Amino acid sequence: MKFKSIVKNGIITENPTFRLVLGTCPTIAVSTSAANGLGMGLAATFVLLGSNLVISLLRNFIPDKVRIPAFVVIIASFVTIVELLMKAFLPALNESLGIFIPLIVVNCIILARAEAFASKNGPIASAADGIFMGLGFTMSLVIISSIREILGAGTWFGAQVLGASFQPATMFAQAPGGFIVFGFYIAAANLIVGYFEKRKGAKA
Amino acid sequence: MEQAKFVASSSPHVRGRQTVQSIMLDVCIALLPSALFALYRFGAYSWAVLFSCVAGSMITEWACNKLMKKPNSLKDLSAVVTGLMLGMCCPPTVPLWLPFVGGVFAIGIVKMPFGGLGHNFLNPALAARAFLLASWPSMMTTWSNAVDAVSGATPLEAYKLGQPAGYSDLLFGHVDGSIGEVCKIALLVGAAYLIIRKVINLNTPVGFVVGVAGFAWIFGGYGGLFTGDPLYALLSGGALMGAFFMCNDYTTSPCTPAGQFLMGLLAGILTGVIRRFGAYVEGVTYAILFLNVCTPLIDRYIRPKAFGEGKAK
Amino acid sequence: MSEILRVLIIVINAVLVENVVMSKFLGICPFLGVSKKIDTAVSMGIAVTFVLALSSVITFLIHYSILVPMGMEYMQTIVFILVIAALVQFVEMFIKKASPALYKALGIYLPLITTNCCVLGIAILNIQNGYNLFYTLLAGISGGISFTFAIVLFAGIRERLDTSDIPPALQGFPIALISAGLMSIAFLGFSGLTSGLL
Repeated sequence: MKFKSIVKNGIITENPTFRLVLGTCPTIAVSTSAANGLGMGLAATFVLLGSNLVISLLRNFIPDKVRIPAFVVIIASFVTIVELLMKAFLPALNESLGIFIPLIVVNCIILARAEAFASKNGPIASAADGIFMGLGFTMSLVIISSIREILGAGTWFGAQVLGASFQPATMFAQAPGGFIVFGFYIAAANLIVGYFEKRKGAKA
Repeated sequence: MEQAKFVASSSPHVRGRQTVQSIMLDVCIALLPSALFALYRFGAYSWAVLFSCVAGSMITEWACNKLMKKPNSLKDLSAVVTGLMLGMCCPPTVPLWLPFVGGVFAIGIVKMPFGGLGHNFLNPALAARAFLLASWPSMMTTWSNAVDAVSGATPLEAYKLGQPAGYSDLLFGHVDGSIGEVCKIALLVGAAYLIIRKVINLNTPVGFVVGVAGFAWIFGGYGGLFTGDPLYALLSGGALMGAFFMCNDYTTSPCTPAGQFLMGLLAGILTGVIRRFGAYVEGVTYAILFLNVCTPLIDRYIRPKAFGEGKAK
Repeated sequence: MSEILRVLIIVINAVLVENVVMSKFLGICPFLGVSKKIDTAVSMGIAVTFVLALSSVITFLIHYSILVPMGMEYMQTIVFILVIAALVQFVEMFIKKASPALYKALGIYLPLITTNCCVLGIAILNIQNGYNLFYTLLAGISGGISFTFAIVLFAGIRERLDTSDIPPALQGFPIALISAGLMSIAFLGFSGLTSGLL
């Protein structure tokens, strides 16, 4: 029962991207192609899982006064692990995500989950929360970056999806496209979720 | 100037019995000479481009009103004017879907999300042109001469190459360029009509002209300071179109005379900077868009006089 | 003279051509969060500029005097974020003691700066680009000016949106993001402005 609510919380009710609007910098900066979006999302998910788990295990040992610096150190350690792993095994993705890999440290989603969830709940629930918050973030990133890649380059995960006669609108791969697609994504996601919640409310 | 927030406006331009509709109609009339010249010089295809733009913006305006459950605003003609303006800044040879997409962008993203007429902070026609230019740069900068089917360089490109066009060619439109921008005489006739009808005032245009000419004279030459050609700078590219039809848009320019002059001046100077140093050959579009962004700040620091505080102009 | 001109061009480049928010996508959270009023946007901008200038220099010194000699460059992320967090804390305490008026104006923004990614981002970029101390300081200050410029212009637009009749579905973040996108269209025109000069 609780597990179900964690899943729903992460992907819909408190979706970090369209509900809480956290982690906006990477969302706009790396969503130029679906592969980048997926890579960034999974990297952040890994950090969320690790930091939530460790913080939850240590939650009774960390003094309240220094908890924020302690959380930051734990998060930064996991970010460093991701950084080193990516450099070693996915150098191309590491290159295209660039500075936004180390910047996962200051992605507010991660600190927010540490503070709001992991410091108050047990390790299993915290790990689940980390995974599904991360997947909610990944889902949003993949949707936004797919729209941008299809409109801006005519491809999806690098494969041609719109016929050769389609003239891609390069602006969607540039800065303005990032902001505008993100804006309409938030509006559309909230409309859709609102519609289903209303229908559910009417049924109940 | 294409979008007048008519009700509850502190703007000094609107007086007498003008309505949004009559202002927009006047702008259409003012653009007519340029459109007729385009028909003569570039052929019927240029009108197809104009119609495609207008169709794109009108359909989008209608659809947005439906979607937002608002009264239909097609009758105020503002969508027609936006479409026409955008069409005027397209090259005469673009494929017809491109101006249509531009019209959809101008209304559907730049204007209606902000609440429609009078609420957009960027000039929709210019923002749509910038969008088209960023998205399909090669199509938006291919100026093939429709009459003799030889692709040529625009006057600004020619100037950078050191082979400027003659003044009379510039004035009478015997150069390559966007549909509505080539013939300066036609543009000036339209501008004169708008001034006589009191649709526009001269604060912003004068500032813009001074800015473009001054910068071109001082820094525009390649032989050192003060060797530039201010007249050439004014008569080439979209400078006159920008001065009289674009940067004095009611909604997106400041509301005090001093603010309007300042905005025009800065936009003119920035046009010169982009032309001289930037990656783009023509800077009018981006310069005016940037000053649109600065307009709220200009209005904040150059305030209109409060009622009763000295004589209003 | 030419050195002064060069510095000026670097600042123009940072503010207009490669604006931290509009083209490097750093610091978007505070850009969206603290831009509802021009006055608060100005305060936030000043606070960020101040911290950026300090943190750029300090992270530079730590990187080259501690991390590099010990061969611990991979610890960069952890060390830098701790330094920035401590610095922000220290600046907050210092301003509180030294100038209560300034603290009142900037106080609530200071803790937010730790998670402003343009602070960590610019610190990392300075090292990546191999700047010397002078250019590191310059990059910090011009990055701060760049952020201030963008957030103040944006706040002007958002104050205007208050009186607009925005469709309910777009109110709040969506319209803010669309405005930011349109604003970045205007910034596209500056591309290439300094390429021939740097």
